[in-house]
Amino acid sequence: MDRIPILKMGGFLLVTIQVDMHDRLAMTLQDDLTQRISSTGARGVLIDISSLEIVDSFIGRMLANIAGMARVLDAETVLVGMRPAVAITLVELGLALPGIRTALDVERGMLLLRRAVGGDTPAGPGPQGEVAVPEARRADGDDGQD
Amino acid sequence: MATTVRTELMDCRTTTDVVLVRQAVRTWAMELGFSLVDQTKMVTAASELARNAVEYGGGGTVLLERIDDGLRRGLRLTFEDRGPGIADIERAMTDGFTTGGGLGLGLSGARRLVNDFAIVSAPGQGTRVTVVRWK
Repeated sequence: MDRIPILKMGGFLLVTIQVDMHDRLAMTLQDDLTQRISSTGARGVLIDISSLEIVDSFIGRMLANIAGMARVLDAETVLVGMRPAVAITLVELGLALPGIRTALDVERGMLLLRRAVGGDTPAGPGPQGEVAVPEARRADGDDGQD
Repeated sequence: MATTVRTELMDCRTTTDVVLVRQAVRTWAMELGFSLVDQTKMVTAASELARNAVEYGGGGTVLLERIDDGLRRGLRLTFEDRGPGIADIERAMTDGFTTGGGLGLGLSGARRLVNDFAIVSAPGQGTRVTVVRWK
C-alpha cells in the first residue's frame, strides 16, 4: 500500500501531500505521523498542502485530527500552502479549521514552528546553533565542568 | 427546461471511486469553462456527496450531465444509492448532524457549494441528490 513520506528536518517533521488522497491514505498518514512524533520526539509538524486541489470535510477532519493528536504529544502543527480556491471553498463548506495554525508557505511555516516551540529544537541544530542543545554536546566532551 | 448535452454514469461504491468521481467532475468543469474557484467548489461538493453514497448509502452511482437551458450551460450531478434512506431530511441537512463518524457537513456543506440542490429520500427507498452548478 502506498504511503505519504514523512521527512525529518532537525526537530521537525515535514509532510508534503502530493497526491489526490483517497480516504485510506489519509488515515494511514494520521497513524504514521503520530507514530513518528512519538518515536522522534519531534516538537513540530509542517504539512504542505500546496499540491492539494481540494480539501473536503474528510480531509479537513483528518488534518484537524493530526493537529489535535500532535498537540497531545507535545508537538505543534502548521499547515502551509493552501491554495486560495481551496480556502474559499473550505470556508463556504463550513470548515474553517479552528485550532490549526496556518502559514502561506513552507518558509513562514518553519518560522512559526520555531517560534512556537521556543527558538530551538531538541533533535539537531537549529538556525542559531548556540541555543541549548546540551545533552549531545556534553557527551562528546565539552570541558566537563562538573 | 434544460436539455442534456452529454452524460456519463459512474460507479460510486468505494473510496477509490470517490477519487475517480472527483477527477471526472474536475475535467467536466474545466471543459465547461468554470473558473478555478467554481471548479473547486463543484469538485468538493461531488466529493462530499460521493462519500455519502459510499459511507451511508452502501454504494451507488453518479450521473454527470452537461446541460443547457438556452441561456446558460451547467454541470448537473445526480447521486443515487439504494441504501437505508433518510428519515428526517431536514435534520440531515443541518450542519453538524451525522449518523456516522463525520463532521456532519456533507449535505449541508455541498448545498452551499452549488447553485441548485435537490434531495429525494425515504426510509428503505435509498437517496437521490441532484446538484447543479451553472457557468
